[in-house]
Amino acid sequence: MSLFFTIFALAACLGAVAVVISQSVVRMAFWLIVSLGSVAGLFFLADADFIGAAQLLIYVGGTLVLLVFGIMLTASGPYMKIPASPGETVVAGLIGVMFLSMVFSTLPASKEWKQSPNYIAETVTPEFADSSEGNTLRPLGFALLGVRPDVGQDGAGYLLPFEIASVHLLVVLIGAAYLARAKRRQDNA
Amino acid sequence: MINTLAANSLSDAFDGLSVPLYGQLSSGDALVVAAIIHAVLVFHVFALCPFFLIWLERKGSGRIQDRLGPTRVGGRFGWLQSLADGIKLIQKEDLCPPVADAMLFRSAPYIVCLASFAAFVVLPFSHNWVAVSADCGLFILLSILSLEVFGIIMAGYSSGSKWSLFGGMREAAQMVSYEIPLAICALIPIVSAGSLNLGEIGDMQGGHLGNWFLFHDPFTFVAFFVFFVVLTAGCKRAPFDLAEAESELVGGFHTEYSGMRWSFFFMGEYASMFALCGVAAILFLGGWHTGIPGVDGLLQEWRLKGAESPEFSPLGYLANVIGAGVFVSKAAFGVFVQIWLRWTLPRLRIDQVMITCLKYFVPISCFLFLGATVWPLMWMFATDDGLTSAPFRSPLGNRATHAVSEGTKESSSTPQSSAPAEAPEDNSEAESAATGENTAMAEPITVGMNFSEVRQ
Amino acid sequence: MLHDPDLNSYLFIGAVLFVCGVICMATKRNAIGVLMGVELVLNGANVNFVAFSRYTTLGLDGQIFSLFVIVLAAAEAAVALAIVLNFYNNHLTVDVDRGNKLKG
Repeated sequence: MSLFFTIFALAACLGAVAVVISQSVVRMAFWLIVSLGSVAGLFFLADADFIGAAQLLIYVGGTLVLLVFGIMLTASGPYMKIPASPGETVVAGLIGVMFLSMVFSTLPASKEWKQSPNYIAETVTPEFADSSEGNTLRPLGFALLGVRPDVGQDGAGYLLPFEIASVHLLVVLIGAAYLARAKRRQDNA
Repeated sequence: MINTLAANSLSDAFDGLSVPLYGQLSSGDALVVAAIIHAVLVFHVFALCPFFLIWLERKGSGRIQDRLGPTRVGGRFGWLQSLADGIKLIQKEDLCPPVADAMLFRSAPYIVCLASFAAFVVLPFSHNWVAVSADCGLFILLSILSLEVFGIIMAGYSSGSKWSLFGGMREAAQMVSYEIPLAICALIPIVSAGSLNLGEIGDMQGGHLGNWFLFHDPFTFVAFFVFFVVLTAGCKRAPFDLAEAESELVGGFHTEYSGMRWSFFFMGEYASMFALCGVAAILFLGGWHTGIPGVDGLLQEWRLKGAESPEFSPLGYLANVIGAGVFVSKAAFGVFVQIWLRWTLPRLRIDQVMITCLKYFVPISCFLFLGATVWPLMWMFATDDGLTSAPFRSPLGNRATHAVSEGTKESSSTPQSSAPAEAPEDNSEAESAATGENTAMAEPITVGMNFSEVRQ
Repeated sequence: MLHDPDLNSYLFIGAVLFVCGVICMATKRNAIGVLMGVELVLNGANVNFVAFSRYTTLGLDGQIFSLFVIVLAAAEAAVALAIVLNFYNNHLTVDVDRGNKLKG
């Protein structure tokens, strides 16, 4: 368990750092895959099977392929690079380290949260007669339909956000198709 | 997740086993040993299926083109031809063109191979014979297989050759588009099954031929054929193999590859063909059930005995071995049909491929999905009593409604607890499947028995 | 040496992803590189959501939130990519520093 966690955590972090460091866009996309794929592995380890699979399907299989597609459509030459100036890189690195240390300084505050090592497996999934860990498929589905037996009467479902998200996706579909449609280039000269 | 590993059952068997030169195995060591054994087994399935399928492809194409195909290597039928090819490919020089982006160029075949190998982790071969029995197994499998396209795009882009780039671009467009109807068609039997766990879906279809989801309703029947065509396109097989159209693109995305890296692409391709045909077999063709009532009942009886007895039972194991054989032959037959199609049909143009997907398959699969969700309601209107006593199954599946009625017993305020949960016990057609689902939850082993008792 | 992961180890990864994403957004001049930075930031948030739902009493809500984040990130990427393509159509480059027509 901890071995897998270490592997995935290292891959996620190093992949993210490599995204920042590498200059070629396609290499950035490659490292982003490594990073996001390992994050999906972390989700599996955190007993969130469905989220992990959604991460793989939507992020890695969908969004990133879309990005690479965009890279290919906009590349003006092979292995296009647009380097940042050295000064910018140094400043960004400094700010990044400061920012990181600031965020890390807030980590001990997580002790304030009411920790419970296995809350979902103990509280949520038994309500759905599923005993194995990471089995959040059915609870998730019901929550998206607005039914929350796991939190009782006071629990709010997510039916309205779900509907809004679906309409939002439709709008995005139409909007993206409209924006990206082929137009005759005017300033070719 | 770690608790759902099938390796646990084997590790129980190993626990406390005395090993020469080592002494007693602790339970942690037993788990590791069992996990390694499972990984090796799955890896061999993954490695052997290209081995066999490439031979099948050569033999099949030979027959279709009225020649013999490989005949010499390994005695009769040339059955060791793939091994000879493999040895030849290992000996070849591993080339990397100077204009290529070397790091991406070298890693692309591994991405393809890794993605199609990882898909086998959630693919069950027989009752309870699965490495990870995840509850959203089908979803995980499809999402892992969708990673394969990335390796191909990487290969196409990093080769620094226009043939590869064109091949990669076509591949990206084609696979991303065909993923949509593939996922929708895979959801159609799920509507009837009410579960995404591939093992449970397979267990539900025991009994006889009528229990296969292929014959569940007219929509699933059509959906199977759409699914099969779409998965053929998703595996970039002919007549949709535009990414490697030799006549126009030399070799497509793998033009610049040689030796083992080249063969990794093909291992990945054949393995994912097998995995997707296996999914089709589980979703529509009854998985590891033969479909013959007597035989299925007998096998189920053996499994039941195996489950009852506390120690290892050879009969239950034998039943599972037969089940795995049935499953593998179904999936291999699916691959054979793909090979048959490849050597029979001419290749489409790229615009025709995209039009076939976006203008035909997506609307057809959406319509079928809608039909499959509405189908249970037809039973409601067909009977006089209407809602209360119709063989009504909620589109969510009976397991789900059961879960809600259990969950709302305390609060008793949510409306869902009323109609679907009180489904009657005495009807014939649809309810039998629901009963099967209920028992599947309690003890999955009895499902097939239930079917054969109810239906015969 | 290796102990079982806890809440803080997940939050640590989330923080690293987040900061890398922010730096990526700030330094990359390629519009698609900026987009990748956004994806990293959103993933850092996702890791935190899932970790909180696993290790605290937040329950299922964390997972649902991360699901929505994933869906909306996909939508955002589609629109942003359409904008980038439009930008490329007008400027023949994806260098965001060249988009300075509104500069006074």
